[in-house]
Amino acid sequence: MARVDNGKKIGWGAANTIAVLLTLIPVLWILSLSFKSPAAIADPGFWPKEWTWSNYSGILQTSQFIQPLLNSIGIGVIATIIAVLLASMAAYAVARLRFPGKQVLIGMALLIAMFPQISLVTPMFSIERALGLFNTWPGLIIPYIAFGLPLGIYILSAFFREIPWELEKAAKVDGATPFQAFTRVIAPLAAPGMVTTAILVFLFCWNEFLFAISFTSTIGARTAPAALAFFSGSSQFTSPTGPISAAAVVITIPIIIFVLFFQRRIVAGLTSGAVKG
Amino acid sequence: MSIESQTATVTTPERTSRARRQQLSEGARAERRLGWMLCAPAVIVMVAVTAYPIAYAVYLSLERYNLELPSAVKFVGLDNYAAVLSSPYWWHALVVTLIITIVSVAIELVLGMLLALLMHRTIFGRNTVRTSALIPYGIVTVAAAYSWFFAWTPSTGYLSAIFGDSAPLSHTGQAIGVIILAEVWKTTPFMALLLLAGLSLVPEDLQRAAKVDGATAWQRFVRITIPLMKPAILVALLFRVLDAFRIFDNIYILTKGGNNTGSVSILGYDNLFNALNLGIGSAISILIFICVAIIAVIFIKGFGTAAPGTDPGRR
Repeated sequence: MARVDNGKKIGWGAANTIAVLLTLIPVLWILSLSFKSPAAIADPGFWPKEWTWSNYSGILQTSQFIQPLLNSIGIGVIATIIAVLLASMAAYAVARLRFPGKQVLIGMALLIAMFPQISLVTPMFSIERALGLFNTWPGLIIPYIAFGLPLGIYILSAFFREIPWELEKAAKVDGATPFQAFTRVIAPLAAPGMVTTAILVFLFCWNEFLFAISFTSTIGARTAPAALAFFSGSSQFTSPTGPISAAAVVITIPIIIFVLFFQRRIVAGLTSGAVKG
Repeated sequence: MSIESQTATVTTPERTSRARRQQLSEGARAERRLGWMLCAPAVIVMVAVTAYPIAYAVYLSLERYNLELPSAVKFVGLDNYAAVLSSPYWWHALVVTLIITIVSVAIELVLGMLLALLMHRTIFGRNTVRTSALIPYGIVTVAAAYSWFFAWTPSTGYLSAIFGDSAPLSHTGQAIGVIILAEVWKTTPFMALLLLAGLSLVPEDLQRAAKVDGATAWQRFVRITIPLMKPAILVALLFRVLDAFRIFDNIYILTKGGNNTGSVSILGYDNLFNALNLGIGSAISILIFICVAIIAVIFIKGFGTAAPGTDPGRR
């Protein structure tokens, strides 16, 4: 019996190891590339023979990377805050209030969650140019809010539904208006849901590529993933492979740490909409 | 005070009787107004960013509108649609998109199910697997795409070296294979997490009872686990199929759509930024939108997928 268990253990262990390796290899490869010197890039060995920081010092000295990194952070944070705020208001209404048009709102959010972004690129490009939003922060923040909202409304309305009714009722009996019941009673209880939503919306903004390359033309508003695609290396004589890898690592590592730190919330958020439906 | 107490009586909406709703007391009206007020900002942003541009795209798609020839703007009816639908580029891009969508989602479903079972059943190291599975989900798609791009670049990449200095990205079929590989790597964990949530809803007692009755592991999986997980599987498939159909980032980095590997999203992008043709670009936008709507309707009507959040009253 003990032998069977050992066999099982080895089997699961092997399967686990394979799964972990498969997820890690592409990340380790770009990490390894980022430490290779321009000469060593032409050597297809997995690990560099000599490690160098020159790719990192190169990209961190050029505004071609620093400015987009700041844009990514700024646009992501602003879009996340506004999206979470608007989504909490709408989700509260969906979960708690009775009003005509609720199904329309939910249907609209669902539609947007499935919306092909490319369909918006041509008309939005035209509209943003007419309104002077092209190549500005708001030109990206506004569409990011719109695409963050459906996710936020689902996750938050699921969280709001779990909050005990009695508390809100008690607050109202004690003389609170519906608005006060929202800000004083429900919002603090919903904070964990709001954090989850904020993480997922921020990840979406940080990751987004199509709008970022379509609605920007210079590093003035271009986000980091978009800047990567336009990277030409720290000087025109060096191959951009090393700098691109270093930049990819710089924008990836914080997110990996972030994801690992908040993994329980992320898993809960990703699955809440799908299972409860 | 009287208004507040009225509000308190009508805000137990699940139990409110139809008669009382029809009366529309002052409290109910206040609740309506609050509901609309709270939803209004979200609705305005969503309409401004999606409904309005789509309506505008319909209008643009009926015009001959080239940014290089701004004076030649002219209403041309359905000519742009006729031009797109009679173009081999559109049909080629659509076939490539459908191949990538179907093949990658099929592989993801199998691998995602294996990964979900691994995370659900494994005896030790469960957290390590779950944690590492989140890495592909969290990584920026463009960064991951560059990792695959360099890995398959001859004389730079380890994968290219392993396969005899091959250059798969310069052959149509092989390049599509690499695109599918990149897509599967990135999104299998998401599929696995959705399936894992479904797996945890399968009662353990049922599995044990079947085991006692002599069912093999495979029989238990096919006869118990899969049927009970059907709603979770369908929702995961719906999400992933629609997401894969929009594929853009991976192709843009890996091939830029060269060698006939462009998806419909790449075609739409190229039409705007390389051909600068707003009319044709808008017609492509509308056609892609219609394709996505057809896929969604097939799933929701055909397979009976309960679209998430469509019935908030149900617990």
